[in-house]
Amino acid sequence: MTPVEFLTDLFNPDLAFLPKALAVAVMSSIVCGVVGTYVVLRGMAFIGDAVSHAVFPGLAFAFVLEGDLVLGGTLAGVATAVLVAVFSQNRRLNESSVIGVFFVAAFALGVVVISQAPGYAGSLEQFLFGSITGIPTSDLVTDGVTGVVILAVLFALHKELVTISLDRESARAMGVAVFWLDLVLYVLVTLAVVISVQTIGNILVLALLVTPAATARLLTDRIGVMMALSPAIGTLGALAGLYISWGWDLPTGGTIVLVLTAGFLAAWFLAPRQGLIVKAWRRLDR
Amino acid sequence: MTGSPATPALAVDGVSVDLAGATVLTGVDLRVDRGELVGLIGPNGAGKTTLIRTVLGLLRPVSGQVRIDGRRTRPGRTPIGYVPQRHDFAWDFPLSVAHTVMTGLTGSLGLFRRPGAAHWEAVAEALDRVRMTPLADRPVGQLSGGQRQRVLVARALALRPGLLLLDEPFTGLDMPTQELLAELFTGLAHEGRAVLMTTHDILSALDGCDRLALLNRTVVATGPPARLAADPAAWTSTFGASENSALLRILKAATLT
Repeated sequence: MTPVEFLTDLFNPDLAFLPKALAVAVMSSIVCGVVGTYVVLRGMAFIGDAVSHAVFPGLAFAFVLEGDLVLGGTLAGVATAVLVAVFSQNRRLNESSVIGVFFVAAFALGVVVISQAPGYAGSLEQFLFGSITGIPTSDLVTDGVTGVVILAVLFALHKELVTISLDRESARAMGVAVFWLDLVLYVLVTLAVVISVQTIGNILVLALLVTPAATARLLTDRIGVMMALSPAIGTLGALAGLYISWGWDLPTGGTIVLVLTAGFLAAWFLAPRQGLIVKAWRRLDR
Repeated sequence: MTGSPATPALAVDGVSVDLAGATVLTGVDLRVDRGELVGLIGPNGAGKTTLIRTVLGLLRPVSGQVRIDGRRTRPGRTPIGYVPQRHDFAWDFPLSVAHTVMTGLTGSLGLFRRPGAAHWEAVAEALDRVRMTPLADRPVGQLSGGQRQRVLVARALALRPGLLLLDEPFTGLDMPTQELLAELFTGLAHEGRAVLMTTHDILSALDGCDRLALLNRTVVATGPPARLAADPAAWTSTFGASENSALLRILKAATLT
């Protein structure tokens, strides 16, 4: 399939779900790309993983009760994030153990809940691996508004979030509310996951959070540049991934993730300063 | 009333602190005046970090009180320049030296306020004071250990504090770097700041500090280095060292010079 044919399909009224899927994929990539900058810089990949799994019981409840999926996912994700933040205050257990306990528990709850839905095998697969067909227009609006709110909060709290990420003790001494800001960040990660889950799926959403930001980190030493580059990379990956998956009938989530991974590997080898090829060249030069 | 000779920059009076039910500090008395560099020395677990956290207002003493320029401490309200240990800082964060120093003003700026010209001026002044201006645009990850320590000091100075707290600034640095830093700290103190520094490096503390305080659960002894060095009993009780330990031989050598 040529890109032109893809464009034609995008504007084909019979395929109305396709532009919707594209819009959601691009919005998710932008939001996850910016939020993912913190996820990568603070080594929060495991929390991202946890939250993306924790969203699942909320989606399952909403699905079974025929409620709003975004709302259900958000509530479950935020509840887990709060539990992790609170339980992590106990110094005897480190954060990763607490996360390990709660995210598996949340996921297990989701599996149990969704088994109560009639014909659950199909919906389970849809949640886990995403689906580009069933996105209602109302979700599009919810996702867009949520995305704008996430970006606005990140922008407004940028100075504080950077400060607490550098060292917590100095931040506390300055009177910065470290615990609350951590919680805000967890909630933002959760929201970013929730709006992305539908297209890319529960398991693969982590890639949208981590891979573009990690790729951007390889290319720059400036957080501002990284926060612009990461959503750009994510968007390119989503566009290319959706095009390939549509044209060659491959699963959308998986294809987007593989495209993003290819981008990451390219940056790893070709990055202007830290790339392997530049390093090898310098070694030969010497 | 700030800076009047009667009120010390830092006054710790009879402070006791409990951590997780265990008493870590009992009846600590310590004062640091503007213009002096005080070295806080003690074995591991003596409570040095606990004392610093109490001064910062992060721990509440069960009895006694801490006063900065005559006032009680509250995080964010009292301008204290805090310099954490180097390994507590995320050096891999993609931030320039100048932006890192600016984060020292996050608390005083408050939520939703962006730094203005006056704040960038304070950052430039702090960088200039630690002689890091030429590296202002460099990512912090590319700096050497000594340069990193200077960046942390500059970040603390951006607030223009009267009191500076340094936690183990010499750990992991080579001798020439340590000496340059010690010179910087002495200079900062003698310009009219009160500087309190914890250190494991007894030698450079004896050499560079105006006064030493020996801490083990409480302040065992305090005084100018020459006078303290002549009091081996204080050192043996602080460190639990035997009477013919290397520590005491070094102290004896120090009193001879």
